[in-house]
Amino acid sequence: MPQGVSEMSLQTYRLHMQVFWWCVAIGIVVFAVMIYTMVKHRRSRGHQAAQFHHNTKLEVVWTAIPVLILLIMAVPAAETLVELEYNQNPDLTVVVTGYQWRWHYDYPDHDISFFSSLDARSNQARRKRSGIDPYQVENYLLEVDNPLVVPRGAKVRVLITSKDVIHAWWVPALAIKKDAIPGFMNAVWFRAEESGTYRGQCAELCGMDHAYMPVVVEVVEPEAFAAWVEAQRGGEAAQAASDQAAAATRIAARHDIAGD
Amino acid sequence: MTTAVADAHLAHDAEHHGPPAGWRRWVFSTNHKDIGTMYLVFSLLMFMIGGALALAIRAELFSPGLQFVEPHFFNQLTTMHALIMIFGAVMPAMVGLANWMIPLQIGAPDMALPRMNNLSFWILPFAFTLLLSTFFMDGGAAAGGWTMYPPLALQAGDSFPFTIFSIHLMGMSSIMGAINVIVTILNMRAPDMTLLKMPMFVWGWLITAYLLLAVMPVLAGAVTMLLTDQFFGTSFFLAAGGGDPVMYQHIFWFFGHPEVYIMILPAFGIVSEVIPTFARKPLFGHESMVYAMSCIAFLSFVVWAHHMFTVGMPLTGQLFFMFATMLIAVPTGVKVFNWTATMWRGSMTFETPMLFAIAFLFLFTIGGFSGLMVAIVPADIQYHDSYFVVAHFHYVLVPGSVFAIFAAVYYWLPKWTGTMYNEKLGKLHFWLSTIFVNILFFPMHFLGLAGMPRRIPDYSTQFADFNAVATIGAIGFGLSQLIFIWVVIQAIRGKGERASAKVWDNPKGLEWTVPSPAPHHTFETPPKVSTEVAFQ
Repeated sequence: MPQGVSEMSLQTYRLHMQVFWWCVAIGIVVFAVMIYTMVKHRRSRGHQAAQFHHNTKLEVVWTAIPVLILLIMAVPAAETLVELEYNQNPDLTVVVTGYQWRWHYDYPDHDISFFSSLDARSNQARRKRSGIDPYQVENYLLEVDNPLVVPRGAKVRVLITSKDVIHAWWVPALAIKKDAIPGFMNAVWFRAEESGTYRGQCAELCGMDHAYMPVVVEVVEPEAFAAWVEAQRGGEAAQAASDQAAAATRIAARHDIAGD
Repeated sequence: MTTAVADAHLAHDAEHHGPPAGWRRWVFSTNHKDIGTMYLVFSLLMFMIGGALALAIRAELFSPGLQFVEPHFFNQLTTMHALIMIFGAVMPAMVGLANWMIPLQIGAPDMALPRMNNLSFWILPFAFTLLLSTFFMDGGAAAGGWTMYPPLALQAGDSFPFTIFSIHLMGMSSIMGAINVIVTILNMRAPDMTLLKMPMFVWGWLITAYLLLAVMPVLAGAVTMLLTDQFFGTSFFLAAGGGDPVMYQHIFWFFGHPEVYIMILPAFGIVSEVIPTFARKPLFGHESMVYAMSCIAFLSFVVWAHHMFTVGMPLTGQLFFMFATMLIAVPTGVKVFNWTATMWRGSMTFETPMLFAIAFLFLFTIGGFSGLMVAIVPADIQYHDSYFVVAHFHYVLVPGSVFAIFAAVYYWLPKWTGTMYNEKLGKLHFWLSTIFVNILFFPMHFLGLAGMPRRIPDYSTQFADFNAVATIGAIGFGLSQLIFIWVVIQAIRGKGERASAKVWDNPKGLEWTVPSPAPHHTFETPPKVSTEVAFQ
C-alpha cells in the first residue's frame, strides 16, 4: 500500500502496517506452536498421545488476549475513521460523476466542467490484436485526456455520484475510494501535501469497459491552479462543444453495442 | 428382545434389499448414501467447470493487453465462475458430505425426509444446465458480478430472467436440504446421543442449516425484486423511480455474509473430525468449539455491511460494523487454538486427510489475518474491490473450504467405497495443491496493495509480474486436481487395499462401527453410543 501524499493516506498506511505487524506477530507465535507440535509430537518419533481435552484457564486466556489486541487496533482505526468522515469547510469542491465508461469533473465554484476519458494511445493499444505492445505505451490504461487538477495544500471536497450504474472513484495515493451511485451524492475529502500526478482506476464493476476508466489527479501549486482555471475559462466554449460531440458519439456507440 | 429385532430385521432384509439396478437406482433414489454420492459427483463436475472458467480468466490475465477474450466475455467468466463455484461446487459438496455422514454419525437409518432429499438433489442439474445455457443466449451470460448489483445487473441480455430463475432453483434446493438436515439431526439421533455428544461435523451442519434457512429466502427476495424492476415496472433499486440501489446491497449481503459461513462451518466440522483421529487424542474444547461456531453464526447476521464500506454509510454505522466484524476474530481464534491444542502432545501421523486438515489450519489462518485487516474500515477503503480482497476470500474458500472437502473425501472415501485410496498419489495431490494454491493466491495480496482493482480483464504494466506468477499457480493447481479425480476413480473401481471397518487407527464415531463399504442400509435399529465411540 502506498504511503500516499495526504495526512489521511499516511494514517491509513500506518493503520494498515500496524494491523499487518500484529498479524505477523500472532502468526509467528501460532505457527511456531503448530510446527513445533508437528515435529515433536509425531508417532514416528514414538510420542505417546496425552488424553487431556480441555483446560478452562488456558481457554479464558486465549479468548481474553485477542479481545485486548482487538481493542488496541480498534481505537486508532475509529479515530482515523472519524477524521476521514469530517468533510466540512473545504477550500475547493469538485463534483465527480461516473458514466459508462469515463468520469465527468465539475468545479461548481469556477464554472468549469469536462469529461475525462482513457487517453487515445491506451485506447488503441487495449484492443485485442491491436499490435501495440502495452509496454510501449506510457502509463498504459492509467492515462486520461483531461485529468482532474487541484491545488496543493487545499482541502478538496469531492462529491461523487453517477448517471448510470455504480462506479467507484479510487486514488490510492490519496487514500480515497468512494462509490459513485446514481441518485446519491457521496462526499470525501483530501488535502494533497505534494504536487504531482496521482493515478487510480474505477473500482466497482461497471460493465464492459470497467477496466478502461482511469482516474488521474494532478496536484499543482496554487498559482499554477489559478492559471489553469483562467485557461479553462478562456477555452471553455470550444471545450464544451467538443465534449458534447464526443459524448454523442460515445452514447451512440454504446447503444449499438447494447443493441437498442 | 434384541434377537427378535435382529430376526425381523433379517427377514426384512431378505425380501427387498440392495439398491435397484440401472438408472432407476439414481433417479428414484431415496437413499442418503446414493444421494450423497450424486451430490459429490455433481459438485466435482461443477468444480471442473468453474475451474475451467477460472483458468480462462487467469490465461487472459497472464500478461497485459487483451489476448484471448473480449472484456464483456471476461465479465461473464468472473460472474459465472463465482456462481458455479459457490452454488455448484462448494455448497453441494458440503450437502453431499452431510447426506453421507450425518445419518452414519448420529446412528440414523437415513435422512428424515428421503423423498425431499431426492428432489433437492435433482433440482440442481436442471438449475445448472439452465445457468450454463445462458452462455449461449443473446447478450451472453450474466456479466454484472455474482453479487448482481443493480443497476448494472439490469443491463443484461436475454439471459437475465434465466439466471434469476436458476438462482431460485438453487435456493429451493438448499432450503430443502437444510430442512432435511435439521429434522434429521433433531429427531433421529441414537437414543443416548445428546446434542453436546454429537460429532463436530454434525454440529457444524446443524448451525449451517439454520443459516441456510434464514438467508436463502432473503437472496430469493433480492433477486425477485431485480426481476420485477426489470420486467414489471417496479423501482425497488432504481433511483430514477425513487428506489435505492444501495438497499439491494444491504439485502444481498444480509444473505451474503452468512453465506460465507455456510461454506466454512461444515469445513470447521470436518477439520474437527480429522485432526483428533490422526493426533490420536480427543478434540480439545469440544463444548467451546460448539459455542464458537454458534457465536460466529450469530455474528454473521450483524456484519453484512462490512462488504460495503465505500457506499457512503453514516459514521456510526461504519463504526458498528467495524467493531462487530473485528469481534468475529475472537471465536475464530478460539477454534484455531483448540485445533492446535488438539495436536499438542498427540501422537500424530500424516496421512492425506491430516495433511489437508493441517494445510487448512495454516492457510485458513492466513485468510483470517487478511480478514482482520479488511475489518479495519480506513484500511478496508483501500483494500475494497482490489485484488487484496480477491486474495482474502480465495484463501478462506480454497485452502479453507475446498481443502476441508478434500480432507473429508480422503478421510471417508475408504468407508464409502471399501477401498483404500492410493496414499502416494493422495500425498502428491496434497503437496502440489498446497504449493500451487499459494503461488496462485499469495501474489494477489501484493497486487491489491499495489492498486489493482478486481474484475478487470487488462491492467497496467506494473501489475504484470505478479499476475504472471498467479497464472502459473492457477495452471498448476488446476492440473493437480486431475490427480484427485484419478485417485477417487481408482478407489471407486476397487483398485487398492481393502479397507477395514475402522479404516484408521481407532477413530471415534459411529460411522466406524459399520463395515466398509457402508452397506446400502445402516442402523435400521438404533445403535448404542458406547464410551468407545462417544466424543466426551
